[in-house]
Amino acid sequence: MSSGLFKIAGGTVYDPIHGVDGEQRDIWIRDGRIVAPPSEPDVRQDKTFDATGLVVMPGGIDMHCHIAGPKVNSARKMRPEQKRKAEKVIRTPNTRSGTMGSVPSTFATGYKYAGLGYTTAFDAAIPPLAARHVHEEFEDTPCIDKGFFVLMGNNHFVMQSIQRNEPERLRSFIAWLLGAAKGFTPKVVNPGGVEIWKQQPSGNVHGLDENVAHFGVTPRQIIEGVARAVDALRLPHSVHIHANNLGMPGNWRTTLETMKTLGDSRGHLAHIQFHSYGGGEGDENTFNSKAVELVEYVNTHSNLTVDVGQVLFGETTTMTADGPLGYYLSNAFKSKWFSSDTEMESGCGIAPIEYKNTSLVHSLQWAIGLEWYLLAKDPWRVVMSTDHPNGGSFLAYPQIIQLLMDRTYRQEMLKLVHPAVLERSTLADLTREYTLSEICIITRSGPARILGLPNKGHLGPGADADITVYTPNDDKTKMFELPRMVIKNGVVIVEQGEIRQPVTGKLLYVSPEYDSSIEKDIAEWFEKYYSIRFRNYPVPLDYLHDHEEVRG
Amino acid sequence: MAIPPLTQTPTADSSITILDSTCTFCGCVCDDIDITVKDNHITDAKRACVLGKAWFYGHHADDRPSCLIDGRPASVAEGVERAARILTDAKYPIVYGLSDTTSEAQRVAVAIGDAIAGTVDTTTSVCHGPSGMAFQGVGEVTCTLGEIANRGDLIIFWGGNPAESHPRHFSKYSLMPKGMFVPNGRKDRTAVGVDVRKTKTAKAMDLFFQIKPRSDFEALWTLRALAKGIDVDPEQVQSDTGIELSRWQDLMNRMKAAKFGVILFGMGLTMTRGKHLNSEALLSLARDMNAYTRFVVKPMRGHGNVTGADNVVTWQTGYPFGVNMTRGYPRFNPGEYTSSDTLARGEADAALLVACDPMANFSQPARERLRSIPYVALDPKDTPTTRSAAVSFTTATYGINVPGTVYRMDDVPIYLRPALTTSHPGDLEVLSAIHRRVMELKR
Repeated sequence: MSSGLFKIAGGTVYDPIHGVDGEQRDIWIRDGRIVAPPSEPDVRQDKTFDATGLVVMPGGIDMHCHIAGPKVNSARKMRPEQKRKAEKVIRTPNTRSGTMGSVPSTFATGYKYAGLGYTTAFDAAIPPLAARHVHEEFEDTPCIDKGFFVLMGNNHFVMQSIQRNEPERLRSFIAWLLGAAKGFTPKVVNPGGVEIWKQQPSGNVHGLDENVAHFGVTPRQIIEGVARAVDALRLPHSVHIHANNLGMPGNWRTTLETMKTLGDSRGHLAHIQFHSYGGGEGDENTFNSKAVELVEYVNTHSNLTVDVGQVLFGETTTMTADGPLGYYLSNAFKSKWFSSDTEMESGCGIAPIEYKNTSLVHSLQWAIGLEWYLLAKDPWRVVMSTDHPNGGSFLAYPQIIQLLMDRTYRQEMLKLVHPAVLERSTLADLTREYTLSEICIITRSGPARILGLPNKGHLGPGADADITVYTPNDDKTKMFELPRMVIKNGVVIVEQGEIRQPVTGKLLYVSPEYDSSIEKDIAEWFEKYYSIRFRNYPVPLDYLHDHEEVRG
Repeated sequence: MAIPPLTQTPTADSSITILDSTCTFCGCVCDDIDITVKDNHITDAKRACVLGKAWFYGHHADDRPSCLIDGRPASVAEGVERAARILTDAKYPIVYGLSDTTSEAQRVAVAIGDAIAGTVDTTTSVCHGPSGMAFQGVGEVTCTLGEIANRGDLIIFWGGNPAESHPRHFSKYSLMPKGMFVPNGRKDRTAVGVDVRKTKTAKAMDLFFQIKPRSDFEALWTLRALAKGIDVDPEQVQSDTGIELSRWQDLMNRMKAAKFGVILFGMGLTMTRGKHLNSEALLSLARDMNAYTRFVVKPMRGHGNVTGADNVVTWQTGYPFGVNMTRGYPRFNPGEYTSSDTLARGEADAALLVACDPMANFSQPARERLRSIPYVALDPKDTPTTRSAAVSFTTATYGINVPGTVYRMDDVPIYLRPALTTSHPGDLEVLSAIHRRVMELKR
């Protein structure tokens, strides 16, 4: 009789959540989950994979990327010139065709993540008005589980509640909005700055205490208010913050102030590399790294987590809900420019750019990202990301792993970048090399914990059977870019780079409770200012493909 | 995925009213229509415009069979089998239309196109395709319609006649609404029309520029020059555009003085001499204006879900229309892979036509080719296209009979709550069945 058991036998297992650091173990799978080894000796597995000599880890988790929704799709539309030259994604009997470039099509995105051993990814910036669009694209993005963060840092109702000093109203609204969009956590992007961008030519805020006209709040109040509400709601993940002044010389002070503003509240600072710059305003010659100062603060404040937003050299497409930033970048790079402001909620900017190793600024950006990984004391609170595709593609993760695990390789790469990096960052002095276990932490176990996903990032009984098996290799790029096998919910989806059975994956969302009496209040405001009807806004459960509610 | 009407109010005469239902007749996608239904007939469509009322009241259950093969009644299953055979036997099959169906159905149509190594195109290629190409060239500075309602204080309508093509655009989005930063509605806005003829729209404007036919490109570049303070020859401007330079300068002064300027443009720009170069000039002008104030631009899309078609084809293939997958991966080349061209050149040898009527509006050579090849048509109505189809499915009408998602002209997705039942299958149902069979035949 069939036992329904699948055994990954004898692999070298990395499971940092359970303190397993490269030990030979068997992993047992049944019904899409990892289970304890059968206690009765005569139970036989239906299927075995002999992983002797191979490395076994939980599936990778990208906790900050841009892979779906109106912004990403506009970027796809805008980059035909990249696609013709790019790798071709050719239809097979069980996979769809697609296009690559810096913004891959949906099916291609799913296959490529799976091909790297990643089985979960979160889109970091979705205007809730476009939530249905994201759910549709997610259903067409196979192989990975997906979720998204809901843009709230320039939401009018949020700012109004903070201005009125009504934290309970704010909390209820946030809970309602997450439930309405079927999102995962609030995202704050350039709080207040995007609203000013909508009001004034080249408008923005430049510090935490500037007034947001018409709303009478400051960026600091928005960050504080949303962070407290998220903690009060006991959401699995914290507030997810894209701080003010992204990319600007001297912005490290704003970043430090943002961290301090959080007080005891949990907070995740996204793509921290882009926020760690010293130097004077508008003066490229003074641009330098302030990673040391900021890492020190994060090292000593356990309520804070970060993802890096590593920059890689080459062409890419920047995309952000930070409208004024998109305008700045398109002017700086003299590139084409897409901008779209979403009523009551958010902005959006897209601009193609190229990071060059001959550029001082770009070289420093590259170095500062690496400094963050290498200086951070607690790998559980620093997560690998490229802010795909802003710093580079997620396809660069294997290369970043090699940069972290192999200091000889790192020193060689350092010789190829702008020489001033040696003086303006500490990278040349850093000798640390990541272990496989630490890589496992910053690419899966850490993000699982930070996101509050109890069934991800580990290989204990009850976990989703999302597993990646690698063939060890001294060349870490080679090792991590071509997993031997990738398993999603117990199904083998990739073998040695070939897609086997591209499952759809599921949506991960939260549904926090709130006082429903607020809906009348919201509806009144909503009908006055939105261009669609309140009744048509929330996404009901039966609109979703496979889905799972995550509780805090 | 059927979602029941959220609110139905029973009345004394046993009719029911579905609140905030959605009209898919044009790109406005008004979602505030209260539909009253009695005995499976729509008896009222509150707030609908003249076009919307015609859309809802004019809907009659079609008593044709759900499927015709070579003009003879057949079962849907037989039709699916024949359709799948036609599409899999072809060497250069095309998939076309898609702008008046749900995005759920569009997704399956593109999947069929992929499976049969076909060429997927939508009605975008014959309306705002040039705008899509201009978008690829320079980008676009835009916003959702609620931003225009809440902030827009200078609204320019260029090459379109929304008063007749999008009757509620003025009142709901662009001219009349009392918004957050324009509390007095129409009084707080300046409305400007630019067109080659004085349409009904021109009458609703504060300023109207009746430019010479085929001079949009010159007019737009005049404005681009004036924005940057570049001297232009008054006589040439007058002779090129038919408008005095001083009037263009006055318009530019107003554009710079506006707090939130908006240009809404139609096919008068995209389908006349210059085509995508006209669109590119307009998109560039809007971009330029952001050096002085906030300015946005938006194409006025016609069909109820043409914006969804652009989105779906883009997320699945990377390109918005005119996508060829013959080599096993998507390639884009308007003019080469757009349906009017593949037909007119006699390349396409089979077609899957969804919610479109090329037999009525394509060129003579394209229609002749279409008449000579086997094709499958899905449409709620009897049309010249369905009449010549090898397999014709009478499908349920989106928004009236079947639910699903549509994308408003500003990319805002809106869900449909149907009012009436029907015995005909929906596009999604038929296309899914064809897709399943195609995959079996391809195995």
